[in-house]
Amino acid sequence: MRTAVLTFPGSNCDYDVYQALKSVGGNPEFIWHRDTTLDTMDAVVLPGGFSYGDYLRAGAIARMSPIMEQVVTFAAGGGPVLGICNGFQILCEAGLLPGALTRNDTLKFESRDVWIRVENADTIFSGDYGQGQALRMPIAHAEGNYYADQETLDSLESGSRIVFRYCDPSGGDDEGWNPNGSAHSIAGIRNEAGNVLGMMPHPERAVEEVLGSVDGLGVFTSLVRQLNPAVA
Amino acid sequence: MTQHHLEIRIVPRPGLLDPEGKAIHHALDSLGYESVKNVRVGKAIYVDLEAPTSEEAIAEAEAMCRGLLANPVTEEFEVGVASPAAEPGEPS
Repeated sequence: MRTAVLTFPGSNCDYDVYQALKSVGGNPEFIWHRDTTLDTMDAVVLPGGFSYGDYLRAGAIARMSPIMEQVVTFAAGGGPVLGICNGFQILCEAGLLPGALTRNDTLKFESRDVWIRVENADTIFSGDYGQGQALRMPIAHAEGNYYADQETLDSLESGSRIVFRYCDPSGGDDEGWNPNGSAHSIAGIRNEAGNVLGMMPHPERAVEEVLGSVDGLGVFTSLVRQLNPAVA
Repeated sequence: MTQHHLEIRIVPRPGLLDPEGKAIHHALDSLGYESVKNVRVGKAIYVDLEAPTSEEAIAEAEAMCRGLLANPVTEEFEVGVASPAAEPGEPS
C-alpha cells in the first residue's frame, strides 16, 4: 500500500501529513505537482498551505497543475482522495466536491482549535470514529466559509455527505462555535460516491499528545485500515 | 490581428455574503457617509489579447472566465473593452 502526498508551490502541511500517514503505516510518498502519474498509489492526500499564494482564488491555480488531471481520473476510478484546508479548496475548484470556500465571515485568518462532530462515521475517512463523536483539532484559514446553493446543501444533508460539522465542546449544535460562517456549520463533506473528502480543520496537526490533541489520528487510521486491514 | 485591451470585472453573486464589502460599508458609515446603502467588493483583471474583432476578443475572455477567472458558484463576471492597447505587440 502506498499513499501520495501532493506538493504544490506553497503547500506547507505536506510534511505534517506525510508524518501522520507514516506513523500509522500509510507508506506516504511526496508527489510533485508537475508529476503526471499516480499509477502505483492507493490513496491521495492534498495537504494544506497557500498553493500559488492563493492568487485569483484559493485553490484556483493549483487545480490547473498537471497532477490534477490524474487526481480527477484517480477519483473517478474510486480511489480515495482527501483534501485538507487548501486541499479542500482545490477539490472544490476542480469540481470533485460541490460548493466553494469563501472568505470567513469574521474577515480574519482564523488560527485556533475548534470542535467538530462526526456526522457520518461510515466513510473511509471516518470509520475509526464514533457517530456523533466530538473532535478537537486546529483550523488555520481565511477562506473556510463553505457556500453552496440551497439545492446542493439539501442534497449534502439528505445524502449524509456532511462528514464533519462545527460544534461546541460537548458535541452540541451552537452557531457560536462556527468559526467562519460556514453554511450548516459544515467543516467537511464527501462526494456522492464516498471516495473524496474535503475538510477545513487539520487532522494532521492533532496526531500526537505533544500537539495538544490526538483527535485527528482517526482520519488517517480509518483510511489506512480501509486500504489494508492488516496494517492499522 | 488586432490587440484588444479588455477589462474583466468579477463580483460576488448577489445575495452571497460579502464580509469585505460589509466591513467597508461600516467604515464609510463611520466616516459619515450615511448615504451609502450597500457595498460589494469584486476585482478587475486587465487582459491584452489578439483577436480579429473585439467581439471575438470578448467571447474568448468570457470563455476564460468560465474556465478559470470566475468561480460560477460564487461569482459573476462582465467583460468590456477598456481602451485600445497603446503599442500592439509590445510588452507593457
